[in-house]
Amino acid sequence: MTKTTASSDTAEAGTDEYITVTIADQLFGLPILEVQDVFMPETVTVVPLASNDVAGVLNLRGRIVTAIDMRKRLGLEPREAGAPQMAVGIEHKGESYGLIIDQVGEVHRLSDETFEPNPANLDPRWTTVSAGVHRLEGSLMVIFDVNKVLGLDTENPVVNVAA
Amino acid sequence: MDDLLGEFLTETAESLDVVDVELVKFEQEPNNAGILDNIFRLVHTIKGTCGFLGLPRLESLAHAAETLMGKYRDGVPVTPEGVSVILETIDRLKEILEELGETSAEPAGSDDDLIAQLDQFSGIGGGEQEEAPVAADAPAETAAAPEAAPAESEMQIVERELKPGEVSLDDLEKAFQETSGPEEVAADGNDAETVPAAQDKKEPAKEAAADGAKAKGGKEGGVKQSIRVNVDTLEQLMTMVSELVLTRNQLLEMVRRLDDSEFKVPLQRLSTVTAELQDGVMKTRMQPIGNAWQKLPRIIRDLSNELGKKIDLQMKGAETELDRQILELVKDPLTHMVRNSADHGLEITEDRIKAGKSEVGTVTLSAYHEGGHIIILVADDGKGLDADKIKEKVIDNGLATQAELDKMTEAQIHKYIFKAGFSTATKVTNVSGRGVGMDVVRTNIELIGGIVDVTSVQGQGSTFTIKIPLTLAIVSALIVESCGQRFAIPQLSVVELVRTHENAEHRIEMINDTPVLRLRNKLLPLIKMSQLLGLKVVEPEEEKADSDDQNFFVVVIQVGAQYFGVVVDSVFDTEEIVVKPMSTMLRDIPLFSGNTILGDGSVIMIIDPNGIAQAAAASDANQSVSEAEEQQEHGVAADEKTPMLIFRSGSDEPKAVPLSLVTRLEELDVTTIERSDGQDLVQYRGTLMPLVHMIDNPNRKEEGAQPILVFADERHSMGLVVDEIDDIVEDRLNVEFASQKPGVIGSAVIKGMATEVIDIGHYIEKAFSDWSEPGDSSYMAGKTRLLLVDDSAFFRNMLAPLLSSAGYEVTIADSALSALELRDSGADFDVIVSDIEMPGMDGIAFAETVRDDPNWQKTPIIALSSHSTPQVIERSRQAGFIDFIGKFDRQGLIESLKDCSSHMGAAA
Repeated sequence: MTKTTASSDTAEAGTDEYITVTIADQLFGLPILEVQDVFMPETVTVVPLASNDVAGVLNLRGRIVTAIDMRKRLGLEPREAGAPQMAVGIEHKGESYGLIIDQVGEVHRLSDETFEPNPANLDPRWTTVSAGVHRLEGSLMVIFDVNKVLGLDTENPVVNVAA
Repeated sequence: MDDLLGEFLTETAESLDVVDVELVKFEQEPNNAGILDNIFRLVHTIKGTCGFLGLPRLESLAHAAETLMGKYRDGVPVTPEGVSVILETIDRLKEILEELGETSAEPAGSDDDLIAQLDQFSGIGGGEQEEAPVAADAPAETAAAPEAAPAESEMQIVERELKPGEVSLDDLEKAFQETSGPEEVAADGNDAETVPAAQDKKEPAKEAAADGAKAKGGKEGGVKQSIRVNVDTLEQLMTMVSELVLTRNQLLEMVRRLDDSEFKVPLQRLSTVTAELQDGVMKTRMQPIGNAWQKLPRIIRDLSNELGKKIDLQMKGAETELDRQILELVKDPLTHMVRNSADHGLEITEDRIKAGKSEVGTVTLSAYHEGGHIIILVADDGKGLDADKIKEKVIDNGLATQAELDKMTEAQIHKYIFKAGFSTATKVTNVSGRGVGMDVVRTNIELIGGIVDVTSVQGQGSTFTIKIPLTLAIVSALIVESCGQRFAIPQLSVVELVRTHENAEHRIEMINDTPVLRLRNKLLPLIKMSQLLGLKVVEPEEEKADSDDQNFFVVVIQVGAQYFGVVVDSVFDTEEIVVKPMSTMLRDIPLFSGNTILGDGSVIMIIDPNGIAQAAAASDANQSVSEAEEQQEHGVAADEKTPMLIFRSGSDEPKAVPLSLVTRLEELDVTTIERSDGQDLVQYRGTLMPLVHMIDNPNRKEEGAQPILVFADERHSMGLVVDEIDDIVEDRLNVEFASQKPGVIGSAVIKGMATEVIDIGHYIEKAFSDWSEPGDSSYMAGKTRLLLVDDSAFFRNMLAPLLSSAGYEVTIADSALSALELRDSGADFDVIVSDIEMPGMDGIAFAETVRDDPNWQKTPIIALSSHSTPQVIERSRQAGFIDFIGKFDRQGLIESLKDCSSHMGAAA
């Protein structure tokens, strides 16, 4: 695969490297430049009155990280008790967030030729966090838009990405 | 040059503050040569430096002031008029300095008026004598720069030539030179540090001179050494130390679990060092509270002249130290309180004599430490609070009924002065009663976790007590548990802990499912933490709870004058915690003020006592909302009160504008108002602000202060010139007669007076032709069709022009039903903005109807309401509103509409 630089209609222009994660057997991709680290979420403190998809806060090497449960965010079934979970650490405007997902895969380098905007019939809960889809051989990879995932207004996303 | 100028500005500003204080002292003790010397020296230094830096205006002003002081030093009798002129000169110097700081150049202008006055007092010709030393002075300073100590001696010789006859200073000087031997070495080292930093040879000479002056004036043996450090550096240091403290706590916790560990001894040492480091760094942030008091003597002096009262300001404990950050935050409230005490607290002289008191009223300001807190008292020996007057005002404002007041103690009644919009001053003076009253003081103090209280005895005076934490960075917190989750409650607001048990003395009792506790013959309202936070009680525990219903802890919390108990399951110890801000995602939860990492490494949420108090109050408000809804069903409009600013302009009739539209109240010196292109302009916060008059041919004031109302949005600000600001009242706004007059929405009865309600939009358009251009027109390809539904004529009149000027095609409906009629007639809109509280069909029902309608289903609908409790917001979201905006939040509405259209753009 040749490295292409232009992918002007996505927020992560010039980048085509993704870390793949799986949530409920669906493949997702996160732009690698956005990802700070990958860790096992342990002893998460629940935050009462927080929105439903906030799993809580946790201590990651002395930093307080706000953990977002991506299953809840995407409107999926909750994880079975004892099922493995991982978290992807993201830094946003000086604040630390962790996206709780099922599994972390590998790093993929993808050409933007395989990239497409969100299908029109995609669940609105998914379009609020997705920048688009990469057509891979044998599977589809939904790309997370970090700004959208961390956007506070879940019902009225402001970010205007794929036109 | 910039570095040098910056240094000069900071130093001169400090010197001028000292001069201010010293001058007031001097006026009272005209024979104290020490004070005069000190002032003289400071002004002289300023003059010298100005000459060196080429600042002629400052130099000539300082020179004229110095000349007059020289006369006083030579024995000319001191007059209050003379001192007033010098004070005025100091003010002028400050103004010029401020401008200098902004533009790096001395502003143009003439000070001949002041200089003439000063010369008149000192007798003409006096200036020339001083001229020679000035000229000699500056070169002396520069020439001697590389070597600090000689510079100092030379400079003082020059200074001494000014006034022969005072030989004793020579001896003092010699003594100083001799004794300062050991310090000199250190002083040189100090200078070596500052020279490269300042990149200028001027620096050491000036500092050394200042040091020498200090030692001489204060007659202190040693030279106090200091370097200037950037505040950010200190802040960062503090953050790092806080982190270190946390890590140490974590380590200690880990080692505690091990019985025998080789880490114990080194860890002990680490612990001690960390504690000392923390202390040290805290000290760098500490400043004596006297720094916040510096301006007060001057304020009191001016007040005393203005009000014709004799006032003595006593300050005790000025050396009490507290955190810089807190010092900044209490400065303004303190100034306000002292003004208040002098203005409202103290009687006029005749009344004092009649009451058999000494004719000089005393305002005492004192500060001391008390267990991790600092206590500041502002006391006056005036007339005390008038409980009857407060009662009247309470009833007028509808804060309580006569029956309720009758049951209250005097102290409880006094506390009403901290309520919003409360001023017992019968007339608004120049000094206080401007609406920024004690409630603002209270809010500011509470923001930093402090408490303000008042005790007063009629006829004998009042004492205001402020209790604030020493620092904001590290707080001690009580760790509690509810439903298996731990939370931290800041210790400052915790009054006591009570354990409740079925058979014990304290048990929880219920009134209509509301828990209360009898505590020392008082009923304490209780709030269950689990309920407050919506925590789920674990099932088996609930069964157990039936038998063990009473086994709780009650944390008694004080917020302002309000006491309440928070019921928790158990209480752990107290811990020192470093408050860390919550992430943006969690910041909208008002019950938490932050989070922190505990010694065991777990993250814990910090409860905000103010948030709890508000949540408790909100449940009341919720009740009143539902009551209001009931009223609406009966066709009665909700009784909404709007804070209004009452002012007079152009004519005698009172005029009103909703307070929330006003950005600031300002008083400008009329001499700063300039005219250009037929428009009055003033330089305000670094930009030119247009001033708008309400009548066409206003009588412009020639001198004095001009009150203006400042209205601002993100790009513009405008000043509306008014004659007088009368009051701030909270009243029902009911525009009874719509007006045809431009700029007037209509008339309303406010405080029993027919008042013109002003249409600010009109004046804004008058000031800016481009105001109506939308800020960001990228989304405004075609005109967005907007339907505004609101039952209040006032809001329709206020919002419709605003929205259409922002580029929307506005259609108005005065009720939900008429909006639905529009729908039935086939009208189509891109966005709907609807009030929530409306008679007949309310906004919630309206939104639900719209959502069910196939034609309008997709139209986004935005809620407007003055009741923004989380419950109402939640309900409106469920009903289908996409956003919820406070009624006066014009900017918020525009933003929300912008978001909305961008969203539509994205969807299209």
